Parts: sequence; C-alpha cells; structure tokens
Amino acid sequence: MRKSFGHVEVLKGIDLTVAPREVMCIVGPSGSGKSTFLRCINHLERVDAGRLSVNGHLVGYREKGGRLHELRDSEVAAQRREIGMVFQRFNLFPHMTALENVVEAPIQVKGVGKAEARERGAALLERVGLADRMHNYPNQLSGGQQQRVAIARALAMEPMLMLFDEPTSALDPELVGEVLDVMRGLAADGMTMVVVTHEMGFAREVGDTLVFMDDGAVVEAGDPRQVLTDPQHERTRAFLSKVL
Amino acid sequence: MSPDSSTTPAPPEQIRAVPVRHPGRWIAAAVIAVLAAMFVHMLVTNPVFQWDFMVDNMFSDAVLRGARTTLIMTVLAMVIGVLLGILLAVMRLSANPIVSGAAWVYIWFFRAIPRIVLLFFVANLGALYARYEFGFPFDQQLMDLFGFEADWRLFGFDGNEIFVGFTAGLIGLALSEGAYMAEIVRAGIQSVDPGQAEAAHALGMSRGKTMRRIVLPQAMRVIIPPTGNETIAMLKDTALLIAVPVTTELNFQLRAIGSRTFQVIPMAVASILWYLALASLLMVGQYFLERRFSRGFGNRETRQQRAARRARDVGSTH
Ligand SMILES: Nc1ncnc2c1ncn2[C@@H]1O[C@H](COP(=O)(O)OP(=O)(O)O)[C@@H](O)[C@H]1O
Ligand SMILES: [Mg+2]
Repeated sequence: MRKSFGHVEVLKGIDLTVAPREVMCIVGPSGSGKSTFLRCINHLERVDAGRLSVNGHLVGYREKGGRLHELRDSEVAAQRREIGMVFQRFNLFPHMTALENVVEAPIQVKGVGKAEARERGAALLERVGLADRMHNYPNQLSGGQQQRVAIARALAMEPMLMLFDEPTSALDPELVGEVLDVMRGLAADGMTMVVVTHEMGFAREVGDTLVFMDDGAVVEAGDPRQVLTDPQHERTRAFLSKVL
Repeated sequence: MSPDSSTTPAPPEQIRAVPVRHPGRWIAAAVIAVLAAMFVHMLVTNPVFQWDFMVDNMFSDAVLRGARTTLIMTVLAMVIGVLLGILLAVMRLSANPIVSGAAWVYIWFFRAIPRIVLLFFVANLGALYARYEFGFPFDQQLMDLFGFEADWRLFGFDGNEIFVGFTAGLIGLALSEGAYMAEIVRAGIQSVDPGQAEAAHALGMSRGKTMRRIVLPQAMRVIIPPTGNETIAMLKDTALLIAVPVTTELNFQLRAIGSRTFQVIPMAVASILWYLALASLLMVGQYFLERRFSRGFGNRETRQQRAARRARDVGSTH
C-alpha cells in the first residue's frame, strides 16, 4: 500500500502480512512513516493506493463491481471497534476517571450495560495492575499508569488486533518496564499486535517479526534475533548501531 | 560541615528577618478611606437620594415581576443562544464548505448588528408579512405551474402576535447571542487536543458521540468563563428591550415609577442595586458551573476518591 500527504509520498509501497497471534515490531528512524502506517491500519489516514485489509475486510473501502467505494462513517467506526490503538501520548480522556475512560466506549459504542461494563472495566484495570487507581483522573496518574489505563481502554472493546505507536517513548526510563510488562502479558495471551517501538529488548524477546522501515519503505523484515544480530542491509546496520 | 566530623551538626537557626515595609500600602489605604468617607457622607446627606422612598418602591409587585421577567429573559436567551452557538460552531468547523459558509454568514451578520437595532427590527416583523407560514418551499408557485389551486403549509402564525413583547425580545436577543456564542464555542472546541478525537475515533466512536462525549465536555472548561461574561452582558442588555418595547422588564418598571413620581435619582439607584444583585446571583451560578467542568484538570479530590481514602484510613487505624 501507498500513502501521500499532498505531493509527498510518505509510504512508498509497504507489503506486510501479520498472522493471527503474531507480534510484529516496527523500528526505524523518525519520519520514516511508522506512525502513518499504523494510522492507515485503522483508517485514521486513508490509503491512496494498494489494498489494506484486516481480517479479510478492506479497511475504509468496499469493493463492488470492480470499483472501490468509500465506507460511510458508521461503517468505518464499526471496523475500528475491532482494532485497538495505543498512542505515544496516551490520549486519555482527562475529564474522566481511569474507570470511566475504560467503560466509555463499551457503553457508548457497543451498548454494554453500565454495571457489566464497570465490572469488566475494573477487571481490566486490575489486569494492568491499577485496581487501586480506578477512580483517579489521568492527571493524578504517572505516565506509566496512564499508558496502562490507555491499554485497558483499548482492550475493553475486545479488539482482535492491537496497534501500539511508540507506547513507551513519552515515559521516564523507570516507567517503561511496567508498560512493557503489560504488553508482554498481552502477547503471551495470544493478542495480535503491531508495535512501533525503540525498545529493541522487547522486540527481540516478544516479537515474532521485526520490520525495519526507512524513508517510507520496508528495508528489512524477519526474525527479530536475526535482524538484530545479523542485519542484511547497510541502512539497517547504520540505524541499529545508533540505537543499540 | 566537614564530612568527617563525628558530631551531628546542629539544625540551622530559624530565620528571623525584619520584613520589608510597604509604606505605599498605608498611603493608598489612607487615600481610599478618605474618598470612601466622602462618598458615604454624600450618600447620607444629599436629600435627593430619598432612601426611604427608594426602599419603599424598589420592591413593589410590578418591580418584582420585572426582575423575574428580566431573569427569565436572560436565562432563556442564553440557553437558546448557547444551543444555537454550539450548532453554528459545529457547522463552522464542518468539512462541508456550504455548511461552514452559511455559519460564517450568520455570525458575520448578527455580530455586526447592534442589539437595539435588531430588537427594533424584530419587533416590527409583523409589518413585513402579517402572517408567517411554513411548509413546502415555493408550494404556491409550483401548484400554479401545474394548474392546481392549493398550497402545502404545515403551520403558521400571525406576525403581529409573535413579534411583540417578550417573544420578540427573546428572538432578537437569542439570535444575536447565537453569533457570539458560536465564536466562543468554536474557540473552545479548537482548544481540545486533536489526539482526543483521534483516540475516540480509534475506539469506534462516531463523530457525533465524539463531539458530545469527548470534545465538548473538555471544551466547556474554555467555554464557560466567557459564557459567564456573556450572561452578565445579556442581563444588562435586557434593558435594551425598551426598543421592542417589553414593558414588563425590570428597568422599564423602575423608570416608570421614577418618572411618575418625579423621583428619578432614587429609582435610578434602585436600578443599579437591582442589576448588582442579579449579576452577583449569576456569578454564583458561574462559579459552580466552572467547578463542575474542571473535573480532571485541578488537583481536587473527587467524591469517590475521598470515600476510598477514608476507607483506607479507617482500615489502617484499626
Ligand atoms: N498529517 C500530515 N500531513 C503532512 N505530512 C505528514 C502528516 N503526518 C505525517 N507527515 C509526514 O510523513 C512522514 C512520516 O511521518 P510519521 O509516520 O509520523 O513518521 P514516524 O512515525 O516514523 O516518525 C514525515 O515526514 C511527516 O512529516
Ligand atoms: Mg511516529
């Protein structure tokens, strides 16, 4: 698939497949198009050329009579329910407590009953280790705690795919571990995940595939241990030598 | 201070410095006290004020009804104005250029027209058409075209009944307020981090839900303080209803007493005191609204948190 902003092509032909239960980690220098790629997967950005499908369904379009038709807003929204997204800057709703953040979409979008949603929300917060922070507002939580709430919020929609856009980049170093632990747990539970990250340790240990992107293209993809220890391309070597 | 000294160092001595003197404050206080004394002296000694007369008349039934009319008018005009403003702001930010352009024209028009001019115009709309009817556009022309003698109207009203008094005043003030509120709401919406709408969309929330549940509640924090100002301005602008005229309104009633009895100053002072009191009342309301919508932004403890903390404290002390 390809994607341009105006005349600038930022994704120059990406061809990747993520299998169910697979964890794909994407690394690459800033501005190489990693975020744009993730945002295309849940149609926060529209794909300009090529095809991108999740679970067999084209994202953002319907193919009918050999032509592509744009999906209506409600249909796009329905597709996004299947895909959880975690942002670099958390993007928690600041006017809601942690629990309210988590139950908002299940109640408003899926029509889950309040009591049931709260029960499940509380369980999710417990799962990310925040049972005692349920009634705190985001500004009363540390960055690591906020990001864990954000993960719980995405999980509350019971997605089949989770997207992570540098989930630990905005965190103080000592808070990175608690978020990675939660993600590790998710991967162990069999969640399909696409993770943009600079945490090479996480990529090596948890990732099934490591993708190195540069300048809008996939330079190298393969088994994380292999790519990290024996990169085949000069650009990969140059990048890894800087971050490792 | 040396690291190898074996004795623990004595705690540092408490500072007992001579505070800075502020002679300017004392001078200012003296000047203001003298001015205040002169002012009070004038109020007490000048017989024109007629305090007894004022107090006797400023709470008459007609005045109380006038105060009620003024308050109701203020609240209704603001409620309609705010709703209209939200609608216009959302239209203004729409990706559809026609919708956004229409909102721009509305705001441009109603911000340019002085309220007193607008009120006078609305009050005389009865002269434009005696009867106003709503239904299918150009229905009579179309029916004529196909040779029928009929029309397709849903409802209608008599212009001379609607565009008078309270209703005319309310229409004028609310239409005008909508334009100002649209700009305030738009600034509020734009102050919310776009990442918020993005997170909501990523959760599968529709545009409408995202606006209602996520963006607007956060925009309220920015919207409410200027809306408080607008409400107080609206309270004062109800005095412009004389252009309609609305004779049941507060200022009209007080002035009527003043001119009837030739006691103009006492009733003018009564007017000032009434507006002071009503504006103060509205400011109290604003305080509580601001507190309500600052949830999650200050460091204030919420009810649930307080309950949880008390439960913990109780648990730990026993
Ligand atoms: N909304 C946008 N409009 C125009 N250019 C954009 C937009 N978003 C991203 N870009 C550009 O696309 C390129 C890739 O950005 P991004 O996907 O954020 O990279 P990464 O996440 O790998 O750092 C950058 O050059 C960036 O400036
Ligand atoms: Mg990025």
